[in-house]
Amino acid sequence: MLELKQITKVFNEGTVDEKVALQTINLTLAPGDFVTIIGSNGAGKSTMMNIISGRLFPDTGVVRINGKDVTAMKEHERARYIGRVFQDPLAGTAPHMTIEENLALAYNRTKRRTLKFGVTKQKRDFFRETLKTLHLGLENRLNAKVGMLSGGERQALSLLMATFTKPDLLLLDEHTAALDPARAALVTELTKEIVEKYQLTTLMVTHNMEQALRLGNRLIMMDRGQIIFEASGKEKQALTVERLLQEFQRIRGSQFASDRAVLG
Amino acid sequence: MLTAIFSAMEAGFIYAIMALGVYLSFRILDFPDLTVDGSFVTGAAVAAVLIINGTNPFFASAAALGAGFIAGAVTGLLHTKGKINPLLSGILMMIALYSINLRIMGRSNVPLLQQETVMTIITEAWKKTGIDNVLNSVIAFSGFQPRTWAIFITMALLAVVVKLLLDLLLKTEIGLALRATGDNQPMVSSFSANTDWLIIFGLGLSNALVAFSGALVAQYGGFSDVGMGIGMIVIGLASVIIGEALFGTRSIVRATLAVIGGAIVYRIILALALRVQFLETGDVKLITAVIVMIALIVPNIAAMHKEKRRKKRKMEEQARGEHVAGAQTDYESI
Repeated sequence: MLELKQITKVFNEGTVDEKVALQTINLTLAPGDFVTIIGSNGAGKSTMMNIISGRLFPDTGVVRINGKDVTAMKEHERARYIGRVFQDPLAGTAPHMTIEENLALAYNRTKRRTLKFGVTKQKRDFFRETLKTLHLGLENRLNAKVGMLSGGERQALSLLMATFTKPDLLLLDEHTAALDPARAALVTELTKEIVEKYQLTTLMVTHNMEQALRLGNRLIMMDRGQIIFEASGKEKQALTVERLLQEFQRIRGSQFASDRAVLG
Repeated sequence: MLTAIFSAMEAGFIYAIMALGVYLSFRILDFPDLTVDGSFVTGAAVAAVLIINGTNPFFASAAALGAGFIAGAVTGLLHTKGKINPLLSGILMMIALYSINLRIMGRSNVPLLQQETVMTIITEAWKKTGIDNVLNSVIAFSGFQPRTWAIFITMALLAVVVKLLLDLLLKTEIGLALRATGDNQPMVSSFSANTDWLIIFGLGLSNALVAFSGALVAQYGGFSDVGMGIGMIVIGLASVIIGEALFGTRSIVRATLAVIGGAIVYRIILALALRVQFLETGDVKLITAVIVMIALIVPNIAAMHKEKRRKKRKMEEQARGEHVAGAQTDYESI
């Protein structure tokens, strides 16, 4: 479904600020895989997500989605295959547009936009039904401006907008990190439900180890631009936070750099 | 007095089309587009030159619309493909258009007084309908009888039609993407819309309306002049801001109506200001600037006062509450 081959990325090459963000990353996701990615700040998680989504382009290497080489494809073209939710709840929605208008915009992700009405009666019914699955009562507020919603509600809506068109690949970039614990738990639960319902191939970055262990069938640990540890299936189910930290220490021979990774 | 207000409203409807264009770039796309100062004249120049060369005035006005679209699209290209900052893209285009407008006209002023224009054609056709007699008898009590209602009513209808078309456009799939581009650009890309082309299209459309308005203003005023666009963006902003402050922005339909209202109110304020003995025609730009300043500052001051009053009331309530509480304590201690 997703294939990363020999991806490297260097920022500010040849200057004092040179930073190797990714070093020969190889990663393959089978259809239906739900992979969680952990790693300290600066490990290259976000760079990898941005290279998959087309916001950044790799220096070398190939990105394939569904067997198709998309390495040179622009972000908005690639978005036909990809649904995304960002860390910032404000990033995934248009605040001055209503809930139904936002959903209509997301509905057109895989279609060519035309001069037909964005919100039709038929679509509105569909939106209402889909919103009900969030259990937040948003189905009764179709005409509310999204800017009036709380952070948790906006993130739940963003998640719905990214997924209800069944993308080939779902990218979640620390999408619960900016929410309070109760809201984060809610969005995590919704994520689980939705990914299972649509059988989405998913890549989720998180700082929360416990979340990384609880969700998905595969886990990846990144450090300094490399994938340093991988576990899947039964092996992943047997993992604990302590084991992960020990594993990191064994590989890197140092204490896990980020406090946030432990506390988060 | 009534004559001045009547012609202010006439002009207001024509300038409202320009203001709707500014609304599209400034509010919908969140792009402060200074191209307007140039594209307004481009519209006037294209229409005027075509008309004096014998083209049908309606066709000439449509051509102005097309010319404005091109001008706006170039500004969009400068910004999106050339990665030039929005303000600078507009300024560059505005300056470039000054020379282009001179080239189109061949001189700095093209008079249209003896020519058949959209306005003369409408006025002639209107005379046959006899509507003027009816309307004039209705307002006979005021003692004011305009020369013709033709321009007033057709331009009002035209402004409303443009407004309705804009409302409809902004509800389409492309329109939603256009609005989202001004609201949250990265998000729009993640839903596979090409924001570059949306910005180019949006600015093209915005300047098409501005140029169309310029073409009508030239035919209404009887000339096209290379300097007639100076400060046009400020007039557009004045209309948008006054309209929003007076009539609200709850929905797009409401906001576009507010923009038309704002354009008319601006013209009326200007007409009344110019009747003050002390002020001269040359002061128009200063008056415009002051109107915009007032429209921007007054709502802030009003909000601040409201907030202050609210806090004061709260403090008083709290003080009373504490007083009561204090009294109770005294009571208990006794």
